[in-house]
Amino acid sequence: MNQEVSLLWAIMMPIIALLLPLTMGAMLIWGERRLLAVWQDRLGPNRVGPFGLLQVVADAIKMFFKEDWIPPFADKKVFILAPAIIISTILASFSLVPWTPELLVFDSSVGLLIFFALSSLGTYSIALAGWSSHNKYALLGSMRSVGQMVAYEVFMGLSLMGIVAKTGSFRLIDIVDAQSAGWNIFSQILGFGVFYTAALAETHRLPFDLPEAESELVAGFHSEYSGLKFGMFFVGEYMGITLMSAMMTVLFFGGWHGPFLPPFLWFMIKTCLLIASFILIRAALPRPRVDQLIIFGWRVLLPLSLVNLMLTALLVII
Amino acid sequence: MLSIIKSIWVVLSHTFTKTTTRQYPEERPELSPRYRGRIVLTRDPDGEERCVACYLCSSVCPVDCIALEAAEDSRGRRFPKSFRINFSRCIYCGLCEEACPTLAIQLTPDFEMAEYKRANMVYEKEDLLISGTGKAPGYNYYRVAGLAIFGKDKGQAIGEKAPVDIHSLLP
Repeated sequence: MNQEVSLLWAIMMPIIALLLPLTMGAMLIWGERRLLAVWQDRLGPNRVGPFGLLQVVADAIKMFFKEDWIPPFADKKVFILAPAIIISTILASFSLVPWTPELLVFDSSVGLLIFFALSSLGTYSIALAGWSSHNKYALLGSMRSVGQMVAYEVFMGLSLMGIVAKTGSFRLIDIVDAQSAGWNIFSQILGFGVFYTAALAETHRLPFDLPEAESELVAGFHSEYSGLKFGMFFVGEYMGITLMSAMMTVLFFGGWHGPFLPPFLWFMIKTCLLIASFILIRAALPRPRVDQLIIFGWRVLLPLSLVNLMLTALLVII
Repeated sequence: MLSIIKSIWVVLSHTFTKTTTRQYPEERPELSPRYRGRIVLTRDPDGEERCVACYLCSSVCPVDCIALEAAEDSRGRRFPKSFRINFSRCIYCGLCEEACPTLAIQLTPDFEMAEYKRANMVYEKEDLLISGTGKAPGYNYYRVAGLAIFGKDKGQAIGEKAPVDIHSLLP
């Protein structure tokens, strides 16, 4: 009996771990619009279903039945490949996220490194999407994206090295368990600030949405995309936010640790609050110029993350 | 840096402010009586048409959406034989209402005039004419104007003095 249950769990667990981010990403279509509305003194979508919750279904149906148009001048193979890359890298990254001690697909001893590798791979999706579109706006968007990613990837990794030095492990479960006494955010506040900024840039959320700046580049790298392929970029962005929020929960906010409530609920609460903070920042801040963004990255955030790493290293040695 | 945090805080504080959205089909807007909406043709307190077919409204209309034909009845009273407003052209400026000497044409606080067919936006006289007096209760042009008409001679209007014999020099 016990064996059967564990076998069932072994089959169900990856499916749950796969459906969870997909559902959260889809729900964010509704969630973001509602939250933005709250902060802009509006109501947001509230017509379809209770609280407008079925807006997600309506949007999905709309996306499915739209014409999936591939421009004749596009590089067809790469054009189709690009949106698949972003979805698959993000979903693969989710296999590393320890939702609870049990709900974890891939418990790797170098989990954090794999996470970095996969999030860097996501850049290819945008670079290829812009390149294959044969559209100047799409190309400009993807060029910006690559510049932004290269700049912010560097210290995104460096900002977390403090945690790795403190924990002494790249395994995400170890990092969560090391926080049962105190969350990393208190000792690594500098690292959190840098990582949060880098996460905003990595998911190209406002204010760092330069690759798809509507006012300048039509829709940026996905200008030529429509139908389900656009939907993949669209949901991919929301899943990216979910991924970054989940990773921040794991790395800085003690993962599933918390009193009274079950571990999974704690994880969800923390992740959802972080997602809401992403949306709050979108509601509050304007978009910087490209050069401002890159200079801010290299001249401010990179030194800050290095300072953080050195301070942490000193503390660990002492 | 401080300004960034400040602006985030200001936006966050809007979590607790009231929304400005009005949920229209359920929540109706309160329109003032002077709102410029659907145009009507009113009647005087006796229940007769106020319009005297003077063409002032159709002349003043900046988009030429009013068309009418004048006629005269057996009592010598002018009235519009037909009166047509093309509401797909109307810009609801209210100039017709201002121009009307008999307060016949009036704009009402009703804006829900959507139609499935464009042709349905053309209102004929029977669509425009209402049974009431609209915004000018008790006003009857023929009773206050010094116009001689069937059953009322010069000097018989309300507040009107008897006509002066201009050939007499007596004060």
